[in-house]
Amino acid sequence: MAVLTVSVVSADQEIWSGEARMVVAKTVEGEIGILPGHEPLLAVLSTGQVRVTLDSGEKIIADATDGFISVDENEVQIVASRAELE
Amino acid sequence: MGAQLRVYRQKIRSAQTTKKITRAMELISASRIQKALGRVQASTPYSRAITRAVSAVATHSNVTHVLTTERTNVTRAAVVIFTSDRGLAGAFNSQILREAEKLTSLLRSEGKEVVYFLVGRKSVGYFTFRRRSSERQWIGGTDNPDVETAREIADAVLSAFLRDPEDGGVGEIHMVFNRFVSMMTQDPSVVRLLPLVVVDAEETDAKREVLPLYEFEPDAETVLDSLLPAYIESRIFNAMLQSSAAKHAATQKAMKSASDNADKLITNYTRLANEARQSEITQQIAEIVGGADALASAK
Repeated sequence: MAVLTVSVVSADQEIWSGEARMVVAKTVEGEIGILPGHEPLLAVLSTGQVRVTLDSGEKIIADATDGFISVDENEVQIVASRAELE
Repeated sequence: MGAQLRVYRQKIRSAQTTKKITRAMELISASRIQKALGRVQASTPYSRAITRAVSAVATHSNVTHVLTTERTNVTRAAVVIFTSDRGLAGAFNSQILREAEKLTSLLRSEGKEVVYFLVGRKSVGYFTFRRRSSERQWIGGTDNPDVETAREIADAVLSAFLRDPEDGGVGEIHMVFNRFVSMMTQDPSVVRLLPLVVVDAEETDAKREVLPLYEFEPDAETVLDSLLPAYIESRIFNAMLQSSAAKHAATQKAMKSASDNADKLITNYTRLANEARQSEITQQIAEIVGGADALASAK
């Protein structure tokens, strides 16, 4: 099965990157879940958690402020001026 | 000991102490270059992602944004000057200030008034010494720039840009900063920040030439609205990081040549001191021989 290549970056460094099964983020319009094969998307994030579910079922939770999410060919980038892992 | 010899020895000692200091500074900045370069590298994923996103929105929607529209009748322009807080970096600061002066006269010749935003103690000093006014200053953080300062600068220039020209708003914003090219070269560069011309990321991936047709959420305008300030912030942050890396490289170069010069001075003065010592001995021998002769003939 296809997987998502996810990277979480903040202004001064890459916080986390790796492969994942699902990404859930909160945009200004509400929560959005992204699975492999999602259409290209560019959305503005509202302040909140970004949850990345790994293949092993483990979850990575990051706090992101002032950012956006871009999805393209199973590549997910969560870009925020401030972001940190919880 | 002869007076001349004492003077030489003093000079040698002073050159030696100076050399110790410059050598230490050289080593310190050598290690800081690596750290600064690491930070430039660490911030690349962010700026690359943001640049890609901005160019995606800009190419796939016909949204015109206030930050990207060229203005007519610009009467005032802002220049953001990035210098360092400390000197002892060779031509690092003077070349930036020279570049800024060149830009100023160019803008003036186009009939624009120039407003300055200064980053780094050296540029602030330059301006206060000449009693020239500046809009805002940021000092103290150029060795290790942080995102908060970049955001502050971005906010300040954005609000100046969005203000009405009658209230002192500006129609153009330029940045002058040293770009880190290599350990030996720092290139002063002038970049127009606003109105924005979205530039492609420096490394263009071959397979990524065509940008995908994005779905925007909530819509292209809102996305662009929130992306552009972040893009500007990232450009400013990048300029600050580049400038700090370049500063450390310039310091290292300057301190290396200072240490080499000190070495040369020490060698020269050692030669002179030896000569002085030898001629002193020769003179003493001559005096003793002469004295012995005089005593012998007096008998």
